[in-house]
Amino acid sequence: MSIAPSALPISMRRIEKRFGSVAVLRDLNLDVAAGEFLTLLGPSGSGKTTLLMILAGFVRANAGSIKVGGDEIITTPPHRRNIGMVFQNYALFPHMNVFHNIAFPLKQRGVGAAETAERVEKALDLVKLKGLGERRVDQLSGGQRQRVALARAIVFEPRIVLMDEPLSALDKGLREHMQIELRALHRRLGMMTTVYVTHDQREAITMSDRIAVMNAGRIEQLDRPETLYATPRTRFVAGFIGESNFIPVECRNGSVWYEDQRIHTAAPSPAPGQHLMVVRPEKLRLLTDAEPASGVNVLNATLSDIIYQGDSFVCYAVLRDGRQLTLRDYCRSDVLARMPAPGRPVTLGLDAQDTILVAAD
Amino acid sequence: MSVHPTLPRDTGRAGQDLNTQALRADARRESLRLLALLSPSLFLVFAIIIVPIGWLFWLSLFDEAGALSAANYARFFEQASYIKTFVTTFRVAFIVTGACVLLGYPLAYMLSQLPRRAASICLIFVILPFWTSVLVRTYAWLVILQRKGLINSWLIDLGVISEPLPLANNLSGVVIGMTHILLPFLVLPLYASMKTIDTDCLRAGMNLGAGPVATFRQIFFPLSLPGLASGVVIVFVLCLGFFVTPALMGGGKVIMWAMRMEQTTSLYSNWGAGAALGVVLLVVTLALLGLFQWLLGARATGVWSSR
Repeated sequence: MSIAPSALPISMRRIEKRFGSVAVLRDLNLDVAAGEFLTLLGPSGSGKTTLLMILAGFVRANAGSIKVGGDEIITTPPHRRNIGMVFQNYALFPHMNVFHNIAFPLKQRGVGAAETAERVEKALDLVKLKGLGERRVDQLSGGQRQRVALARAIVFEPRIVLMDEPLSALDKGLREHMQIELRALHRRLGMMTTVYVTHDQREAITMSDRIAVMNAGRIEQLDRPETLYATPRTRFVAGFIGESNFIPVECRNGSVWYEDQRIHTAAPSPAPGQHLMVVRPEKLRLLTDAEPASGVNVLNATLSDIIYQGDSFVCYAVLRDGRQLTLRDYCRSDVLARMPAPGRPVTLGLDAQDTILVAAD
Repeated sequence: MSVHPTLPRDTGRAGQDLNTQALRADARRESLRLLALLSPSLFLVFAIIIVPIGWLFWLSLFDEAGALSAANYARFFEQASYIKTFVTTFRVAFIVTGACVLLGYPLAYMLSQLPRRAASICLIFVILPFWTSVLVRTYAWLVILQRKGLINSWLIDLGVISEPLPLANNLSGVVIGMTHILLPFLVLPLYASMKTIDTDCLRAGMNLGAGPVATFRQIFFPLSLPGLASGVVIVFVLCLGFFVTPALMGGGKVIMWAMRMEQTTSLYSNWGAGAALGVVLLVVTLALLGLFQWLLGARATGVWSSR
């Protein structure tokens, strides 16, 4: 009997968690589609790890419902949830070799020796550790341990895999490599709904189908990475994902104003009142006098510093009201050559469709 | 040619040798100073450990007449009382160690699972007996366990028994007293090693499908074994040389190695025979330590992790 495993959706409703009098999660609702790679992104203390622990069954919520494929699991003990998990510090069993670590979940499920050997081999192959089954855990490098932890979490073909900052202990190069590899693995296996926790926005953007940005126990915004970056809905999201400069603007009579200058936006004008204009460093351009300025918001500033970073450079410019703007561009010779010296006035342009407004808080 | 503009070009040639001599002398002075700090304790170790043990060994090689002989060691194989003492000593050591494991493992486990504050309060109760003299604690047990002691009078008053139980002045008295005194020696190293077990490993076990019992058996217990082993070694070795408690609680019926030594030297003034007893105890203890070390070493190099 072989039923092709299919991914299961997760539906979390009204999850509440308090530690003493501190509310860690408040009225949290989240749906993860079958087979989706969803990332919980947020600063430390935002509740993302607590939510993952509640999903895994290690932390008991105060209220709420978690349904996996329609079945309520909020009171199911962790060992009966059939959810794979990759821990931040890998949590490999130090007294077992690589083979026994990966075989552990199969042993608990009463899988026979021959099938176990076969499946462990397959899992080792999948994470590119073929032939390392007899190694002791302390003989492995950080990256290899990470792969063993991953193999152990997927060898029993769970429909759901949870990952708690699994790459945070690796160095930068390896981390970026593993991001791509994890993503590819998730696509290849197909049947895994993945919930991934990280505080690294770049990692979240690289890997996820959707990202839930968490702040103070709530989900601030849940969207695809490109939507989240292009149209953040709150100041927190705009500040957490990508770099941003904020300029206070006011909406009156159906148009947006920065001091006495009208701001062009592609989106319809928001409600009257105070707002913040989000300026991404790479969307700002240095305007030359000849350039037409229709549909472009022009900002006059004084260049204060240019920082050369190899592939790119960063300019700091100060607006009339003293606010600092950051501009980032790639180091093409013509761009660098055109930059005026620090202390000189510059004209910066921001296209209407790149002009984002969020509510002032 | 000026590659290093800050470095004078002629250093190294002018006999200064880039201060090699001075740096070497400095290093030598530093190690001498460290040695000077160590010397009082080194002298003490030599004077009160190395010399007496050498002297003990020397004494054991002479019979009562003062002639060089192996008679003191031959006695171990010839006299039944010696063999009996030897057997009793190991028997008591095994029973006490076993009792300490049975009582100490659950205690250490509970301590390791308690919140930090509660654990440190409970630890005080484990350590507290350390601050009371062994003699006082042994007499206290005698008061509790003897024929007309606390336990027997209560049990008789309650009508549970009609005759007092033989709790003191026999093997059970010795075992109870020694277990009480030696329990912290097992609990403390075991607790320390249990605290180092990564809770995420236990969570991983549960997550991968092992229930609480399976997680304990397959993950927690194996990871606590090094701590258990060091606790067991300490208790067992201390048992082999224990004197006060068996002497007071055994009622003369339980003769252990150390008591035999005391009798031989102070009662019969046979220093050669007493010294031989000491040498044998020392050799057996060292052999046991070596055996444990070897077993633990074999474990660490992966005997247990093979399929």
